[in-house]
Amino acid sequence: MAATQEEIVAGLAEIVNEIAGIPVEDVQTDKSFTDDLDVDSLSMVEVVVAAEERFDVKIPDDDVKNLKTVGDATEYILKHQS
Amino acid sequence: MSKIKPSKGAPYARILGVGGYRPTRVVPNEVILEKIDSSDEWIRSRSGIETRHWAGPDETVAAMSIEASGKAIADAGIDASQIGAVVVSTVSHFSQTPAVATEIADKLGTDKAAAFDISAGCAGFGYGLTLAKGMIVEGSAEYVLVIGVERLSDLTDLEDRATAFLFGDGAGAVVVGPSQEPAIGPTVWGSEGDKSETIKQTVPWDRFRIGDLSSLPLDSEGNVKFPAITQEGQAVFRWAVFEMAKVAQQALDAAGISPDDLDVFIPHQANVRIIDSMVKTLKLPEHVMVARDIRTTGNTSAASIPLAMERLLATGEAKSGDTALVIGFGAGLVYAATVVTLP
Ligand SMILES: CC(C)(COP(=O)(O)OP(=O)(O)OC[C@H]1O[C@@H](n2cnc3c(N)ncnc32)[C@H](O)[C@@H]1OP(=O)(O)O)[C@@H](O)C(=O)NCCC(=O)NCCS
Repeated sequence: MAATQEEIVAGLAEIVNEIAGIPVEDVQTDKSFTDDLDVDSLSMVEVVVAAEERFDVKIPDDDVKNLKTVGDATEYILKHQS
Repeated sequence: MSKIKPSKGAPYARILGVGGYRPTRVVPNEVILEKIDSSDEWIRSRSGIETRHWAGPDETVAAMSIEASGKAIADAGIDASQIGAVVVSTVSHFSQTPAVATEIADKLGTDKAAAFDISAGCAGFGYGLTLAKGMIVEGSAEYVLVIGVERLSDLTDLEDRATAFLFGDGAGAVVVGPSQEPAIGPTVWGSEGDKSETIKQTVPWDRFRIGDLSSLPLDSEGNVKFPAITQEGQAVFRWAVFEMAKVAQQALDAAGISPDDLDVFIPHQANVRIIDSMVKTLKLPEHVMVARDIRTTGNTSAASIPLAMERLLATGEAKSGDTALVIGFGAGLVYAATVVTLP
């Protein structure tokens, strides 16, 4: 079952909370991972790996660079989840 | 058909002694910053590294190995003449022939011990340990000296911001010998050659043949650059945190050890962030002592696990008889993980 946009945002919030310790409610679609959520380039790799598992998507390294905000990641997962 | 007499080995093998050598020169991040645009804060937060040791001219691969091995042999309480084989894992001994292991075996005073080098990058210690265990149980040696040694400063491009701060030099050695109890678990090891491009030497040695220098990369002063280790950092990081945690778990399962049974975790010291992520994924309980020797040692490839092991035992953070999970991973890509009883 493909996840809805809301489910993806909620899932990403849990992942970011687990990895960077940011409160779940702070993880909103307009937030930038690096600038707003304290997710640096290496934590981002961990977020991506966790998101791949959770949403059954493949996010290649080259695409990770384009996922600046929670919204970018949500859209990417919506489009690519199987 | 004539009958061949089989060899007779020990029932099991164990690590009997460990020793390390760290070069005298301590290099803080400030020195690294002279050649790259970075900051102490960035290096610490992305890698955990505060200082590393760089070897001087006299601290050769052989010399550092001999120092570390001498300590390991003393710690094991055996005489060098009892050692049947010397296995050296290194990627930074620049005279390929002969193997540096033979010089080390001779200078230590072994009695013509079998001696050879292996190339298994940052998994070299686990590869060597697995060979040693096999030799002891199979009966071709009673005691085996396994050495991980690197002068990675010789293979570091100080102008490359992705790697300049990472690497260090040093040697770590263990003596492996017979045991009545299992003290080295099954090895979970392997290679992923499809990812061979992610960590590699910038240019192969044969490009240095006279006449072929024009196409070689140059440094900021226009000199031909010596080969260095280069890597796709993010790809390696992803592989390490995702795949290596699984391999570590497999090694625990193969040894029949649960995280609760574990006392110590000694992963290859590649990046403190990889270590922290593995600890999380493996759900290691609080009581497990985790080696974070990287802070003051940097990444010393094949030497990192025995160096970290020696330090934990020396400081009393780990003790003899503790159960430790060790995992090495790196260029190849290759990996090896196992559970051992600490000497
Ligand atoms: C080397 C490593 C620390 C680099 O971290 P990284 O997050 O992958 O670095 P990136 O190259 O993606 O760069 C991320 C950001 O930091 C910057 N950066 C890169 N190197 C930098 C440095 N030395 N100092 C300051 N900033 C640096 C980049 O410019 C980039 O900034 P931007 O996002 O504004 O463009 C990391 O990839 C790593 O440790 N990987 C594992 C390597 C390893 O362990 N190898 C050995 C295995 S045996």
